Amino acid sequence: MNALLTSRRDAITLAIFALVVLTMPVWLQPFGAAYPGLMQKFAIYAIFAIGFNILFGLTGYLSFGHAAFLGVGSYTAVWSFKLLTMDALPAIAFAIILSGLLAVVIGYLSLRRSGIYFSILTLAFAQMCYNLAYSVLTPITNGETSLQLNLQDPRIIDSALAPRPAGLPSASLFGHTFSGLQGFYFCAVMLLIAFFIAQKIFASPFGMMLRGIKSNQTRMNYTGFNTRPYALTAFVISGMYAGLAGALLAVTDPLAGAERMQWTASGEVVLMTILGGVGTLTGPVLGAWIIKYFENIFSAFNEQIVSRFFDFLPAGMHDVVVAVASKFVGEGWNLTLGLVFVLIVVFLPGGIMEGVRRITHMFDKSRRAPPTPARLSTQPAE
Amino acid sequence: MDAILAQLLNGLDKGGAYALIALGLTLVFGTLGVVNFAHGALFMLGAFCAVAFRQLITMETVTIDPSQLSPWGAPLEIKTPLAQTWFGEFGAVMIEYSVPLSIVLAIPVMLIIGIAMERGIIKHFYKRSHAEQILVTFGLAIVAQEVIKAIFGPNPISQPMPTSLRGAADVGLWLGMGPNVLTYPWWRLLYFVFSAAIIAAVFAFLRFTTFGMVVRAGMADRETVGLLGINIGRRFTIMFGLAAVVAGLAGVMYTPLVPPNYHLGMDFLVLSFVVVVVGGMGSLPGAVAAGFLLGILQSFASMAQVKAMLPGIDQIIIYLTAVIILLVRPRGLIGRRGMMES
Repeated sequence: MNALLTSRRDAITLAIFALVVLTMPVWLQPFGAAYPGLMQKFAIYAIFAIGFNILFGLTGYLSFGHAAFLGVGSYTAVWSFKLLTMDALPAIAFAIILSGLLAVVIGYLSLRRSGIYFSILTLAFAQMCYNLAYSVLTPITNGETSLQLNLQDPRIIDSALAPRPAGLPSASLFGHTFSGLQGFYFCAVMLLIAFFIAQKIFASPFGMMLRGIKSNQTRMNYTGFNTRPYALTAFVISGMYAGLAGALLAVTDPLAGAERMQWTASGEVVLMTILGGVGTLTGPVLGAWIIKYFENIFSAFNEQIVSRFFDFLPAGMHDVVVAVASKFVGEGWNLTLGLVFVLIVVFLPGGIMEGVRRITHMFDKSRRAPPTPARLSTQPAE
Repeated sequence: MDAILAQLLNGLDKGGAYALIALGLTLVFGTLGVVNFAHGALFMLGAFCAVAFRQLITMETVTIDPSQLSPWGAPLEIKTPLAQTWFGEFGAVMIEYSVPLSIVLAIPVMLIIGIAMERGIIKHFYKRSHAEQILVTFGLAIVAQEVIKAIFGPNPISQPMPTSLRGAADVGLWLGMGPNVLTYPWWRLLYFVFSAAIIAAVFAFLRFTTFGMVVRAGMADRETVGLLGINIGRRFTIMFGLAAVVAGLAGVMYTPLVPPNYHLGMDFLVLSFVVVVVGGMGSLPGAVAAGFLLGILQSFASMAQVKAMLPGIDQIIIYLTAVIILLVRPRGLIGRRGMMES
């Protein structure tokens, strides 16, 4: 009965989520964000954040090296475009497999330590990948110029099936080249699949096990579970999600650069997850959307726009306010991001989802006269 | 032989910087138990103290001298830096030695920044998980770096070193080798000596003063020291300020070697965390030893012969060392037992 209930609730969540994602081109119109490039990013980074959350949100292991998987996914996808075919599916499959393999290696080694040591180990591995991509692996990664498509690429399968078209091709699906919103819908469908799988993981006994690792690993060990295989599985799954996101980045724009693997990129996905709400399903998605939205909108602001916005102020104050405010937009949008982030961690550690929960809880209380039962504490009783 | 010595020397200045940052990180961790991801930002802020100091004293006042004419006939504009208007001839010397002099500015500024940071934000995070500490200080680091970017712009600002310290010392001659066999830039030698002095000062402060003794006792057992009626919290706050000063001074003196830009701190942060972990979380001698060790290892890895054997090793040597040490010896080189091993 209980299982049925959760799955029905999950089904409703999934349906609402699908509706929200697929109607993005409509409801993002008033926000000025309904262009394919940005919406693709929304979908892709949401996948990245969902995957990261499977590791961080469920097991509590804070990885600072997830960008490595994103980068490997991108490189693999572009190589699949160059060597085999422009079809998106094989590229994605290869990217997921390869980043998964890398995650097995990194995860196996890193998960032997926990806490800050785990963070440092993942960070060290990611920085190694990044530095190597810039130096020795230049034949594979093309170093600073980024890996891109080339007119001389063999593209074995494509050239066997059809005569080579003039100019650089773009990614396709079963011979149908993406154009306009199709690229976005492809990413959106991938996001829905990723969300669905994450939902299943959250609801499964496996997910329960991962939560157990987060709340008290020692106790899990004493209960007779060997926790490491579970944590490793979670690590690999989240690495594969990152690989998928990287591949989709390459599908929407067949170009892969090493800067995608830098540790700031790993930091970004941490920010997204925290902002939205660690350990919740929809939180990281929200976080990714908000960060990507404001990154695009805020960084497009310039002093004139700010000045027009504050036109109602008296002249002297106007200049001061504009001078201060313009530091927070455009180039300086990261400053806003950093401040918001600090505030969130200090006052709302659960992120946006906790804020939502607190507000609904408040309304619940005022509606219902009898006291609500105390919320279940996640802290183990010591 | 002298090739090896040269690499050893080359590693010393970078190792000095790593050691200073790692020392501060370890101090903060050992006293407050806080994982401070903003420590690299403090290094960067120190470097920008030097930049700000120089920009302040070289601010120019323009006076127009009608009696003299410039080559194209206009009245001559004489530009005098602020320092010269204030201090006359001595001002020129001040500008010449602006980098070492900015230490005077950096100490109070870094102390205030450090204490403000601890009282303002980090205080609330003692009891929270390490993940949350990492996150909040990471946010602080972003804020600090963006503020600097907004003030000083995104480009690196090079700081000239004093003319008398340019050029290289003929270290080989001191060691009984021929002239010009082994040379080493004066400033880098100075940096090494400077970092060694600061490290010695911090250790002496902890070992030979009452304040230091109390702090060491607090690091060992905070509660008991508190029960003895000592306000250990305030002392730990001061230690945080001190760690900020150490990082800041490391930054000030590093400016002539690498022109500082706003993400200098982030570049050093990742490395110095690796250094701390290699040395062993919470161990001050470990941090210093690991700092120099990794600096020297890095300089050996960038030798042409080594690179020919293992291509790309110079890029990853530090991380590789960290991975190996963490996997083989989880406590680091000289780490304390049970430190964050849960």
